[in-house]
Amino acid sequence: MASNSSSTAQQRLRIIAGHLQKRPGDENTSVAAHECKAETPRSNPSSSVTPVPKRRQEIMKWNGWGYSDSRFLYNKKGQAEFTGKRYRLSGLILPSLKDWMEGTFGATLQHKSPATPTLNLSAVAPPNLNEPFIEDLKAAAVALSHDPEDRVFRAHGHCLHEIFALREGKIGRVPDMVVWPTCHSDVEKIVELACKHNVCLIPYGGGTSVSSALECPHEETRSIVSLDTSQMNRILWIDDKNLTAHVEAGIIGQDLERQLNDRGYCTGHEPDSMEFSSLGGWVATRASGMKKNVYGNIEDLVVHIKMVTPRGVIEKSCLGPRMSTGPDIHHFIMGSEGTLGVVTEVTMKIRPIPEYQKYGSVVFPNFQQGVACLREVARQRCAPASIRLMDNEQFQFGHALKPQVSSIFTSFLDGLKKFYITKFKGFDPHHLCVATLLFEGDRGRVLQHEKQVYDIAAKFGGLAAGEDNGQRGYMLTFVIAYLRDLGMDYYVIGESFETSVPWDRVLDLCRNVKERIVRECKERGVQFPPLSTCRVTQTYDAGACVYFYFAFNYRGLSDPVHVYEQVEHAAREEILANGGSLSHHHGVGKLRKEWMKESVSSVGLGMLKSVKEYVDPQNIFGNRNLL
Amino acid sequence: MASRALYSPRHPMLKKRDDFEDILEERRRSSDLRYALRCYTPTLYKGLVPCKASMLKNIVLQSDHLQYVIKQVSSESGDSAECVAEEASLILDEMAHRLQLSTVRFFAFTLSKAFKRLFRSVCVNEEGIQRLQQAVQEHPVVLLPSHRSYMDFLMMSYLLYMYDLPLPVIAAGMDFMSMKFIGEMLRMSGAFFIRRSFGGDKLYWAVFSEYVKTMLRNGYAPIEFFLEGTRSRTCKSLTPKTGLLNIVMEPFFKGELFDVNLVPVSISYERILEESLYACELLGVPKPKESTSGLLKARRVLSEDYGSMHVYFGHPVSVRSLAEGKINRSQYNLLPRHIPQKPRIDTHEFLNEAAFRLVRIQEENMVLKPWVLIATLLLQNPDGLDLSSLTEQTDWLRHLALAFGAFLDWPDHETCSEVISSSLALHRHLLSVSAGNVQLSVTDAPQVETTPEEAVFHRAVIVLSCASYRNQILHVFLRPALLAVAMQSANSNRKDDIYNCFNFLRNMFSNEFILCPGDSVQDFEEACYLLMKRGVLQVLEQEIVMSASGHSTLTFLCSVLDPFLQGYQVVCRYLCEETNENLTEREFIPAVRNFTLNLILAGRLKCYEALSSDLQKNALAALLRLKAVRKVKVGDQVTLKVNKIAVNSLEDTLGGKIPTQKPILARL
Repeated sequence: MASNSSSTAQQRLRIIAGHLQKRPGDENTSVAAHECKAETPRSNPSSSVTPVPKRRQEIMKWNGWGYSDSRFLYNKKGQAEFTGKRYRLSGLILPSLKDWMEGTFGATLQHKSPATPTLNLSAVAPPNLNEPFIEDLKAAAVALSHDPEDRVFRAHGHCLHEIFALREGKIGRVPDMVVWPTCHSDVEKIVELACKHNVCLIPYGGGTSVSSALECPHEETRSIVSLDTSQMNRILWIDDKNLTAHVEAGIIGQDLERQLNDRGYCTGHEPDSMEFSSLGGWVATRASGMKKNVYGNIEDLVVHIKMVTPRGVIEKSCLGPRMSTGPDIHHFIMGSEGTLGVVTEVTMKIRPIPEYQKYGSVVFPNFQQGVACLREVARQRCAPASIRLMDNEQFQFGHALKPQVSSIFTSFLDGLKKFYITKFKGFDPHHLCVATLLFEGDRGRVLQHEKQVYDIAAKFGGLAAGEDNGQRGYMLTFVIAYLRDLGMDYYVIGESFETSVPWDRVLDLCRNVKERIVRECKERGVQFPPLSTCRVTQTYDAGACVYFYFAFNYRGLSDPVHVYEQVEHAAREEILANGGSLSHHHGVGKLRKEWMKESVSSVGLGMLKSVKEYVDPQNIFGNRNLL
Repeated sequence: MASRALYSPRHPMLKKRDDFEDILEERRRSSDLRYALRCYTPTLYKGLVPCKASMLKNIVLQSDHLQYVIKQVSSESGDSAECVAEEASLILDEMAHRLQLSTVRFFAFTLSKAFKRLFRSVCVNEEGIQRLQQAVQEHPVVLLPSHRSYMDFLMMSYLLYMYDLPLPVIAAGMDFMSMKFIGEMLRMSGAFFIRRSFGGDKLYWAVFSEYVKTMLRNGYAPIEFFLEGTRSRTCKSLTPKTGLLNIVMEPFFKGELFDVNLVPVSISYERILEESLYACELLGVPKPKESTSGLLKARRVLSEDYGSMHVYFGHPVSVRSLAEGKINRSQYNLLPRHIPQKPRIDTHEFLNEAAFRLVRIQEENMVLKPWVLIATLLLQNPDGLDLSSLTEQTDWLRHLALAFGAFLDWPDHETCSEVISSSLALHRHLLSVSAGNVQLSVTDAPQVETTPEEAVFHRAVIVLSCASYRNQILHVFLRPALLAVAMQSANSNRKDDIYNCFNFLRNMFSNEFILCPGDSVQDFEEACYLLMKRGVLQVLEQEIVMSASGHSTLTFLCSVLDPFLQGYQVVCRYLCEETNENLTEREFIPAVRNFTLNLILAGRLKCYEALSSDLQKNALAALLRLKAVRKVKVGDQVTLKVNKIAVNSLEDTLGGKIPTQKPILARL
């Protein structure tokens, strides 16, 4: 038995080593997708060994988005630049970003609002430790820490108010302790002990929440323990016959994808946060991936879930692809936002890596035409892996992120393209908008598919605008989070929020929400016109997902975060009044709790509450999200 | 409370009002032709979807809403969908305007000529125009003018053209269409025509509402309609209708528009063109059918002096802020928006409340001329007043009116007697002045022999004409007057007794005057406040006491309401004495009129205003509302079933005979 397992382990090692050696050579040829993915960090062999360290602060910012080495800044010449080596944009100069920042927000280099450089450890309240619990944990050999840095790092997600407070050096309630289980049975032990000693557990995956889900409830008096799943990050097995993989839930998106790619597979689940967010987090928030048109959202991908609750372990007894056994228990788990237990292992569908991948883009004379085209694409059910429609403001924003062009020829070509679209075709540069496309599959079918989509687009006045524009569009989503940090250095705060809405209401909702934001900002004394922009990011049979960006220059405001929150609140009310949903994939957390009853009816809320009541009567999972 | 934002409690003297400009001044100086042909470049709505009048028809016919209703009607009636669609298209042809700049220019020219003949001045608050210019750019605009004369909408379009504002499309009654040439001219200057009644006609309603909504959504043009539904023959504001208001608000409720701006406009005339025409109508001489030849005959009116005219453009009222906290827009989430939906009860209440508030804004901004005060006094003194005491009392009344917040246009640099004599001159056809005694009277030399009935009618025409001026200021005195009457009839100083009486009267007269439903406490407090401020009353914890100097004011206020009290009593008495069990609704007005006439002839009634069919209709409506009278449908006829005991007790209460039954005291 032992020798058997050790030999398989050795075999696996050999295979992995083989992959590692092979990679540099065939990177360009084998996976076309890789070349295109400007957004995913360049593969770094060592990172696949320990992707997320326990001490996250070693590689990631404590008061901003992403890796410490990657950030936007203005260099000595006053030009915007993106540092580091991880991204396609890394090390490049972005000549038009500064003008865009000035033009859009009135944010100039003279007015700086720098962050507190280092974490002031004395501002962190001493931990409220439950000693007997610690004793038992130590006996069970679970890694733990009550180092203030570790605790602060796990006390927040990436909501504006959370990051703003950190930048100001303000630390609120933080977990009293962090534990790092390494496998399912560790979690079982931790949960059992938590029940025994009545401590509050808050599961922590990638920390990318934007719904205040990770905030420690102020009213919590028990010891709060952050349960960091990052060390549960192995792919336990892969089933080639059924195309499934059994994976520990703490694995983060990019590692899962990379490791599967090494074996010729992918999940195809690519939420914008996939560099940092975890599989367990996806399940707990009902995540959606960019390529859901081919692969589906998380609820379509999951075959089996194992979750540890105070009542015990919940899971199904087989891996059947669909069941009629009453309400699907997975749907109690998906979207439970850490209120019921910890997802430890997930069996999910995998697919062979697509042979061919191609970006594309289409320019439309205006947003209405663009939406009409997306609607038609959805009607014909021929949406590519991803199709997104950016409004005019975002189109201009995308242009601001164009790196310096190296040759005169390219800039000449750009000029020519612009001339063709605006002068020859008569598109108004202040109204035109762009759809970005990503096709995936075997080469022949991709090309055929591409033609079909472009033909539809042409009917709505759309002009093909090249692969490069498409690719840059997708890059934008990955760097925008970094860009917020730059904004915050210069008095600009902002965030994104999303909804889903029936097709016939998309245009009205977009217009009304954008206008509401502008109006609310004005009424609340914001001195500069805000950026209020949206894009349609997903298409469904019966509607679409709409994503808003909202940011403004807060110079002259005494409590910018409060103003921001009021405007965001008003925007959400507007969304609901216009037939939009409370959330498409960000979740509810604590930020949107107040609207839950209105959203799902009081009976619906009662149902969820009674589940919570049964599963966790002691409220061990006490993050107070959702309900 | 949104109503607060819309209608702030009055601080009469403090309220700053915009200044007026006389637009005719410029017209008298430069060429009308050049003016009519000048370059017209209106300010446009920022979200305008450019579209021609002809395209509009297609958009409407192709709309999901109309297509849905066409299918529905076709499956209900068994007619083919094509057939129903054809019908819809015909309805639309009959309805649609065909706005043309050339026609507008023609009107600009002819109206310039006409207005200069008719009016000494046409005064417009230019600040209001500037606000409108702003509002027009931001959101689609709905213009809500008051309606006292045919002149109203001609004047509106004329002014908007003059100030380079987009020309409105105007909802007009179908009766205009029968005026052959003029109907078409109006159509080409932006009028669209709606049938007076189309109660159950689904298709008509769908075409109509979709037509209006399409123009609103596309920002095609400001929509103009009259909240009061028709011209007020009495110059009192009429109880507003909510149908069209619902149509223009729905695009906001359903999220199709971010907001809609409602702009109340108050148009007031120093002398109304239709003055005696209205009086005749109220007395049952049927309204002449609108015809072109009739209009030509009316050319005579061009030779007379109608004094000045005031147009006040009010502050735009945002539907969004009106509806905030009152309309839950997500109620529209679960039904596709093109499927017609009857407004829910709460929506209906909201519409009603909003309509009342808007009409009150119209009232508030209505400019009043000195003649209105004089008319009020002359009506209260049927035997006339000598000039000096008329002057004295007018001056007194002027100060009272100002203290109550009246928007009075009193010439600054003239003495009171100068003002009065020029007012009397303008309205000399209603008066006789002999030996310093001013009296309402028939001035045309009495033609041959007149029967006593004819004499009464002649007198009544004068009284009702005069009352139409007094009515313009009623809204200023209404609440204090209700309080004054309540104090008189309550026979008690106790605040809650007085409030009960006040509430009874308010309830009784809520078809007669603009009294927002549900505002009774507010109205009571406002009345107390105004009279207290004037030193007429002292309002104590539990009691309301008249001050020594308050007597004359209270007497005056009581007489303001007196004609209405008497008129309602006459209606009640008639119903009690009527023996016909099968009195039909149609017979009601002539019968009451006859009854009243006989009372006057017998010398038992002095109040000629009781002859007004408007008052009689309102009284009946009130009795129906109070369930003292029921309507019963028998075949085609609607008969009135009278609960004589109830009517009798209402009559007594109106006459101040028995104290009011105590309704449950709201909150005081």
